[in-house]
Amino acid sequence: MESLYAITTGVLTACGLYLTLRGRTFPVVVGLTLLSYAVNLFLFSMGGLTTDGAAILDGPGTYADPLPQALVLTAIVIGFAMTAFVVILAMRARSEAGNDHVDGRKREDGEGRA
Amino acid sequence: MIQHLIVLPVVLPLVAGILLLRSRQGVTRTKRLISVASTALLVLIGIALVAKAAGGEVTYYALGDWQPPFGIVLVLDRLSALMVLLTGVLALGAVVFACAGDDEKGSNFHGLFQWQLMGINGAFLTGDLFNLFVFFEVLLLASYALLLHGGGKARIQSSVHYVVLNLAGSSLFLIGVGILYGATGTLNMADMAVRLAELPAERDGLVKAGALILLVVFGLKAAILPLYFWLPRAYAAAPAPVAALFAIMTKVGIYSILRVYSLVFGESAGGLANLEQAWIWWFSLATLIAAGVGVLAARDLRLLVAYLVLVSVGTLLAGIGMGSVEAVSALLYYLIHTTLVTGGLFLLAELIGVQRGKAGTRLVKGRPLKQGGWLAGLFFVGAVGVAGLPPMSGALGKVLVMASAEGSQQAWLWPILLATGLAATVALSRAGSTLFWRSQGDAMGEALPRRQWFGVMWLLGASPLLVLLAGPITGYTLATAEQLANPEAMIHALFDAPMIKVDGATP
Repeated sequence: MESLYAITTGVLTACGLYLTLRGRTFPVVVGLTLLSYAVNLFLFSMGGLTTDGAAILDGPGTYADPLPQALVLTAIVIGFAMTAFVVILAMRARSEAGNDHVDGRKREDGEGRA
Repeated sequence: MIQHLIVLPVVLPLVAGILLLRSRQGVTRTKRLISVASTALLVLIGIALVAKAAGGEVTYYALGDWQPPFGIVLVLDRLSALMVLLTGVLALGAVVFACAGDDEKGSNFHGLFQWQLMGINGAFLTGDLFNLFVFFEVLLLASYALLLHGGGKARIQSSVHYVVLNLAGSSLFLIGVGILYGATGTLNMADMAVRLAELPAERDGLVKAGALILLVVFGLKAAILPLYFWLPRAYAAAPAPVAALFAIMTKVGIYSILRVYSLVFGESAGGLANLEQAWIWWFSLATLIAAGVGVLAARDLRLLVAYLVLVSVGTLLAGIGMGSVEAVSALLYYLIHTTLVTGGLFLLAELIGVQRGKAGTRLVKGRPLKQGGWLAGLFFVGAVGVAGLPPMSGALGKVLVMASAEGSQQAWLWPILLATGLAATVALSRAGSTLFWRSQGDAMGEALPRRQWFGVMWLLGASPLLVLLAGPITGYTLATAEQLANPEAMIHALFDAPMIKVDGATP
């Protein structure tokens, strides 16, 4: 399970990073979203992966570390708010500048194409 | 009440912000009154906190009485008290300035301003790494909205860069915190320091990776060389009171570096001790050089001040890079000076821009200023202060930083720091002579409101005051640096604090 989990997180991060480095705002927003998913998965795994364990310490049985789950919840909420904000910001930038390039203008040599 | 003093710098702006949000429309007078009163109270609380911390006692405050290391704690020591007071003083100047009319150019200025203060104060006071992330997000969210206050193309464009970079930074922050939690099993900074000391050697690599990822995040906030490109445009585009408040934002990054690496990765961390120093030292020198070039190249007064912020960041980081008690003490003195003076210069740039009409803050020939004498006088005070010329506080701060350099550090730091100071002097005198002497036509426009004058004088007046009170202030910063160099007391206080009683009695 660990390797599957690690590969998933890695692929998500790679895709997120690639999209974040694009020249237009929409791929950048999607990239940031993917990146935050990857980070959430990563955080979740930091307490060690436990299957079939309660998130409470009750006796000597197996239990899952409850702290990463609480952290992930916080991170999800914050990430969600940020995504909403950045979508609105990208739309405002699009309407103010007349195009959706992150720098607000197209490069003439075509370098900044998405 | 007195034992809850530590939590007030977070709770008070939160409550004030909620009150300000309630009345959406109109009643500007009431809103301004609430906002200014809350900020002024923050200054008083800051003074009380400094008085409490000055004795050297480290106070913990367990939120909801959940006991550390499991619950979240706030920590008050000399450094956090100083930073909270500094935030209050800076914010008071900015908020009074905004009350002259800047706050009505968009909605909810005062509410957002208060929440930003809450985030900043929280980041200064927290003793928990994940909580630091949460407060970073609070202050960032408020700053995104404040940066956009009033709208306009330049603001939206620079916001896109600022927001995207900081969102990526937040992701990195979480990765760093996650790695450190995975390796040590705790998020409390003092507890983490204890666990690092007894960590098996095979986890050292993991901890090192986490620590350096965090350094990238703090470097982004503090605007170190490869990560500063968002700053000049964002600060130059922000509304004046917001730009003034942002003067403390880079210092949040500096504070985080100081706090995390002195407490968690202090001497007790063994092989991992001070792992950030060599990195910061070289990057700080590079930042200084790049900022010096930027200062000379700036063609707009606001952009010029933004690059001066970068100069100060480079100087402060050089202090961290040297790492001795004297260097940290010097950098703390310089930090107080630079935060207040650059904040004041952002406000002053707005006044100059308004009186010059169409030419604005661009460094070109324009109309003469109606109140040119006063503005030029204030500009002179601010410029002398920020460029580091005697008799203002900048010179004193710079001398302290330079005096703390040892051996080969002198050979690197002195020429670079002095050359950057020269660049700043040249750029500022060129800017001043263009703005105030090269003019044509008649002065127009109205006299500036008294509130704006107050804001500028409040912040720039700090510079001569810092020189007059240099004795007590350097005494305090030296004590602070000594406290930072000996984190054992802080760790001790966490586990032996009288409040950690099983019966749950609140302190």
